[in-house]
Amino acid sequence: MARSLPVSFLILTLIGSVPRLVSAEEKVDFNREIRPILSDKCFQCHGPDDQTLKGDLRLDQRESALSGGAIVAGDVVASELIARITASDPDEVMPPPKVKKPVTQEEAELLRRWIEQGAEYAGHWAFEPVQSMAPPETSGTAKPGNEIDRFVLAALEEKGLALSPEADPETLARRLSLDLTGLLPPPGRVASFREQFAKNSDAAVDGLVDELLASPHYGERWGRHWLDQARYADSNGYTIDGERVMWPYRDWVIRAINEDMPFDRFTIEQIAGDLLPHPDKSQLIASGFHRNTLINQEGGTDDEQFRNEEVVDRVNTTGAVWLGLTLGCAQCHTHKFDPISQKEYFELFAFFNHGEDVNNTGPTVEVSEGELLLPPPDPGQLSRWEATKKAVSELERNKAARQDKWEEGVLARARAEEETPVSVEWTRLRPLSVRAEAGSPLRTLDDQTILAGRGAPSETYRVSLPAPKDSIAAIRLQLLTHESLPKNGPGLASNGNIVLTRVEFYQGGKRIAVARAEHDHAQPGFSAAFTIDENPDTGWAINIGKGTRPGVRMNADHEARYVLAKPIQAGGAPLEVVLRHEKNSHYNVGRFALESSPRAPRPVLEEELLTKLAIPKKDRSNDDKKFLAGRFAEEDAELRQAKASEQSARKALGYGAPVKTMVMRDRKEPRDTYVHVRGDFLRHDEEIGKLSPGVPAVLPGLLPMKEGKEARDRLDLAHWLVRGDHPLTPRVTVNRAWMRFFGRGIVETENDFGTQGSYPTHPALLDWLARSFVDDGWSMKKLHKRIVTSATYRQRSVSRPELAESDPLNLLLGRQSRIRVEAGIVRDAALSASGLLHPKIGGPGVMPPQPDGVYAFTQRKVNWVAATDENRFRRALYIKFFRSAPYPLLTTFDSPDFQSVCTSRVRSNTPLQSLMLANDEAMFELARGLGVRLMHEVKGTDSTANRDRIRRAFQLCYSREPGDSELEMVAGFQEAQQRSFAEDETGSKAVAPNSYPGEFDLAAAASWTAVARALMNTDEFITRE
Amino acid sequence: MNDFLRDSTRRHFFEKCGVGLGSIALTDMMVREGQAAAGARASDPMAPRRSHHPARAKNVIYLFMAGGPSHLELFEDKPRLREFHGQLPPESLVEGKRFAFLKDGAKLLGSERKFETYGEARMQLSELFPHHRKIVDEVTWLRGMKTEVFNHGPAKLFMNTGFQVPGRPSIGSWVTYGIGSESRDLPGFVVLQSGPRGPRAGNALWSAGFLPSSYQGVPFRGTGDPILNLTNPEGISTERQREFVDVVGSLNRERLSVTRDPEISTRINAYEMAYRMQTSAPELMDLSSESQATLDLYGAEPGGNSYANNCLLARRLVERGVRFVQLYHTDWDHHGGPGQTLGKDLEKVAKEVDQASAALVLDLKQRGLLDDTIVIWGGEFGRTPMGETREGKIGGRDHHIDAFTMWAAGGGFRSGVTHGKTDDFGYEVVDERVHVHDLHATLLHLLGFDHEKLTFRFQGRDFRLTDVHGHVVQDVLT
Repeated sequence: MARSLPVSFLILTLIGSVPRLVSAEEKVDFNREIRPILSDKCFQCHGPDDQTLKGDLRLDQRESALSGGAIVAGDVVASELIARITASDPDEVMPPPKVKKPVTQEEAELLRRWIEQGAEYAGHWAFEPVQSMAPPETSGTAKPGNEIDRFVLAALEEKGLALSPEADPETLARRLSLDLTGLLPPPGRVASFREQFAKNSDAAVDGLVDELLASPHYGERWGRHWLDQARYADSNGYTIDGERVMWPYRDWVIRAINEDMPFDRFTIEQIAGDLLPHPDKSQLIASGFHRNTLINQEGGTDDEQFRNEEVVDRVNTTGAVWLGLTLGCAQCHTHKFDPISQKEYFELFAFFNHGEDVNNTGPTVEVSEGELLLPPPDPGQLSRWEATKKAVSELERNKAARQDKWEEGVLARARAEEETPVSVEWTRLRPLSVRAEAGSPLRTLDDQTILAGRGAPSETYRVSLPAPKDSIAAIRLQLLTHESLPKNGPGLASNGNIVLTRVEFYQGGKRIAVARAEHDHAQPGFSAAFTIDENPDTGWAINIGKGTRPGVRMNADHEARYVLAKPIQAGGAPLEVVLRHEKNSHYNVGRFALESSPRAPRPVLEEELLTKLAIPKKDRSNDDKKFLAGRFAEEDAELRQAKASEQSARKALGYGAPVKTMVMRDRKEPRDTYVHVRGDFLRHDEEIGKLSPGVPAVLPGLLPMKEGKEARDRLDLAHWLVRGDHPLTPRVTVNRAWMRFFGRGIVETENDFGTQGSYPTHPALLDWLARSFVDDGWSMKKLHKRIVTSATYRQRSVSRPELAESDPLNLLLGRQSRIRVEAGIVRDAALSASGLLHPKIGGPGVMPPQPDGVYAFTQRKVNWVAATDENRFRRALYIKFFRSAPYPLLTTFDSPDFQSVCTSRVRSNTPLQSLMLANDEAMFELARGLGVRLMHEVKGTDSTANRDRIRRAFQLCYSREPGDSELEMVAGFQEAQQRSFAEDETGSKAVAPNSYPGEFDLAAAASWTAVARALMNTDEFITRE
Repeated sequence: MNDFLRDSTRRHFFEKCGVGLGSIALTDMMVREGQAAAGARASDPMAPRRSHHPARAKNVIYLFMAGGPSHLELFEDKPRLREFHGQLPPESLVEGKRFAFLKDGAKLLGSERKFETYGEARMQLSELFPHHRKIVDEVTWLRGMKTEVFNHGPAKLFMNTGFQVPGRPSIGSWVTYGIGSESRDLPGFVVLQSGPRGPRAGNALWSAGFLPSSYQGVPFRGTGDPILNLTNPEGISTERQREFVDVVGSLNRERLSVTRDPEISTRINAYEMAYRMQTSAPELMDLSSESQATLDLYGAEPGGNSYANNCLLARRLVERGVRFVQLYHTDWDHHGGPGQTLGKDLEKVAKEVDQASAALVLDLKQRGLLDDTIVIWGGEFGRTPMGETREGKIGGRDHHIDAFTMWAAGGGFRSGVTHGKTDDFGYEVVDERVHVHDLHATLLHLLGFDHEKLTFRFQGRDFRLTDVHGHVVQDVLT
């Protein structure tokens, strides 16, 4: 094909919905050939919108077109339409020159023939019922795999073409694995597949497909596609972009897809899970689908305005996802091209206009990590957890009353103390031995105090004491300053602070119960009482803070007194005291001593507490109230214990901390809905008046309303969307699935099934797929299996010269397509090649490393602390997504920013992507991971071993063996890199992994990172072939 | 890598690429523009497109004053406002209007700033902008600007994308989509920023929306790497990076020969450009090669990040073929609270931008670049004639959408004229009103595009920057 061919010719032959050069007697197809012309050139002024209707002529309706003589069926000469589109007078010609859309000669010819043949109209194909299509018979020698192939082959054979040969098993294994799970296949599985494939390719493919469909990663892969449409993100959007909790919804999606929840139920639960009879928690979470809208938290906003934006988004998203229609146009005016009026738009709006949320968090439900994804729990454990939760909420509920009681008790004790002071004499206990479990320096000084030095970050001290000489009712832990300590201590933290999480007392190995612990001073929120609550996450600290009495300093002697539940008698076994520091790093006690008293001290009530308590309740300031509530919380052992048992009951179930996730809920009082004049929410069209919920007339109607129900709600809409005979939902859904597997839908405009959209390349196949999908009980897995086991899917993707001539855009599917994987899969592929992937499913979002400076341009800076545990290596789907400043890898590779629905992603190819893959810290780390994996998996350092290692790298990255020239190319590169690194120790150290097998020297180790990096940067690595 | 291998891969590159580029060009021709939403498969998205009419300008430098500068303190002397200071505004003025923060009963606030009239343009400038006097006859003063939305985020989106919710392409993306870029080693649309924080609405302001992401603005940072991941990982020297790019290229070419997929040629080119960018971007950011006279003109200082440095960088970017440069300078939001007074706080930010803004116009002119470079200056809205009370003191003004001032210079804009007239309080535009959509239409016009024809098909609809609005403001064009 030469460049000199006219562009118009190329376009005409390449776009699916265009006229072919055919003989005059062939019947013109209205939907495929005529409607696109009328829609594009005429409907703007002669279409459904009566606001812009000219000359009272509608060309979208046959009666109107024929009644005025614009079209005279069978008579081209008498048809005004033909005269006007071919007129040369600028005042006569249609469309008017200022519209800049002249009708081409080919189009005019088609219109002529159509009129000659009787000017038959047909309803727009996508609004007509799905047809029951029998797969056509094929004549060729090619063996079709399943029904899909018969449709595809029939179209190819018409052009004298055939399917491409089946791809080799390696390519197939990688293709299936990427398409169904988004991960690279392990080389071992590729090898076994190759063997099975050689024996029986159909059975081998079947087996692999079943395995992949059953993998939990299938739900992640296909969940991500769905989450694009749900515009799921972890922040509110707009300027402030605060974090939100929506990950339980994400987990619900993963679970539903893994369980192959039928798509009709999947729809109903997300559109109206909250309106189902007695919805369970998971159905409420599912209704979060439409809570993924933006919330504007900027000061001075009009919440009603942004609530309207949310409702508009819910309507448009529903239209795009299920109907494949661009309803958004009808927000401001009746749709120019599709028969959807502005009134009908707002009738859909009326379904969504009653949410309780008003540009805010709104209704939520409490859910714990694991509740959605773990297998159903043991009922006993579950009811224990429920009981503990109830106990906590009970205590929370009567907190005020309990605080009152506590306040009275404190005052009573204070009075008693004043009346009968108790004198307590403390005797210092002489340590027999002291030991730090992690080996930090610890020694006893002459005055029997114990001095620690900096060592392990979280240390446990064990102090052995002799058998008591006298009875003991209380033990005092003194914290003492010392010149060797930072700021003189008494702690080892750089400011002299401590966090002591647990203090335990033993006699002869038996635990001694402690009744209460008191301090002379504590940092707010770090009471000494926390050292006896058995919780390693809370403790006693001594920094000063809000509410600290004047004059009190951190770097001074302090003490905690432990009153024993039952005094110990003199004699008996020796004692042991254990001090644990489990929270902050290096916040260990620096110097301390232990003393005992035979009499328990009365509780010492802090002056400030008593001063505040003396203020009559009604006169207390907010600060006073906060202080007292805070003190009570510290003393509130009951609640703390209840929370601890709740926590342990929850942990026994494997559940994480509870969070509140946003769900949908309608107000009791519905809002009135009007048409918004020109889309302006402040201008209600009173003339048309209040609207009831409804669906566009061009589509089938709502199902009959349930008896006893007063008004239509979202549940009716949901049931309507998945009516078995809906012309759009099944077609749109199967078309999108098809698009993921072939890079393009059968309808290329997967988001526009309206009259402006493109005509299906294989209309019969689309309907056959849609029909089987519904007949199969809306099973996504069955649909996917049907597609990926077809010969059409299993073809090679390399371009064939004869196809490049006759079907350069591959509309007829004479081959598969190479598709660059989506943003997240770029990372996931690198994770799987490196072997570092942490395969955990679900849970709160994670933060892998990202480059510095992501927030250089944002209003709000996220505190992005890169995970150092296994969360560093989770799949991209779990990366916390902030709409105002998304993770750079994702947006660089065309991830949408989820401001609105995304039904299909763009695939660009830019230098910024190259910089990201080549230089990003997270990617380089994975290259290093692959390097070290290669050194572990293939032993030896000679050139044969090096070549084996390169072969292994190809298997891990591309699921195939290298060609000879590739092998030599990479081997040459590796050797050159090793030589270069051998002369650069600093560079080698930076590039080599931290640890690697001893047989390799540093330069070799660095060179394998370099090889891994190169292989992970090729086009092939990020392409599904 | 040894010399032989390098030479052979280079040779291989050119052999294969000859074929590759040819086939890509063909594909590009075949894909109907706009129809390719699902994947712009052109090999070079920055190749210039054919314009609708001859272009007057080929570059844009947009100086965005984030927060909303007060036209009443900078550009509009309103003696009547001073006369009625402290009184309630006429009911007819505020009836049915909505404001972000103002409560009923807000009183008129006369400006304390001294104004004088300058140049043939007879333009009023306050004492806050002494350097602007030098360009008074170089620019078009747009005193009748009008926008639609009064919150910062949505208003900035509106000014940048013609739409108040996120998701549409920004003007810089539309322009680079339309005219491509000459630069082969820098992005076509670059964003620079100064001031105490980022502008509200963040990335959405320079987003490509539904256009391919090749057209999104690339933020350059003033310190550290100007572009994310521009620096090689530690231990990878320039030479090693070259070897890496070469071996990746060789592997890609092997694959290209098997699959014949032109996308691979694009990827090879992308790696080459990325490699060049690693050198050219730091060179660009290094101001030490500029003469002392130039540095003094702008008030720029090499090293560090400032509005003055960014103005100078903008000139350097345009010199290197970058099409659209957008500067954001934040902190123009003078409501009257702490740090937001019309007194010293406004003085501070005015001083930060006055000299360099004027210098940019003068410098471009003396280098002959102003003829085909448009410079625009302005915020997302103006400020109310009524004063705002914060913490008991009237020290500021609220957001105002019905009238404000911007200026534009070069690239076909007339010099030394004022366009637009507001009422006695600077509240409403009474003559020669320019709506944001009109400004957009005018900019595209000067760049050679009919704003009604520069469209992109997305979700079944042809979208444009100006939606269904916008008129080219012929009066301000030469």
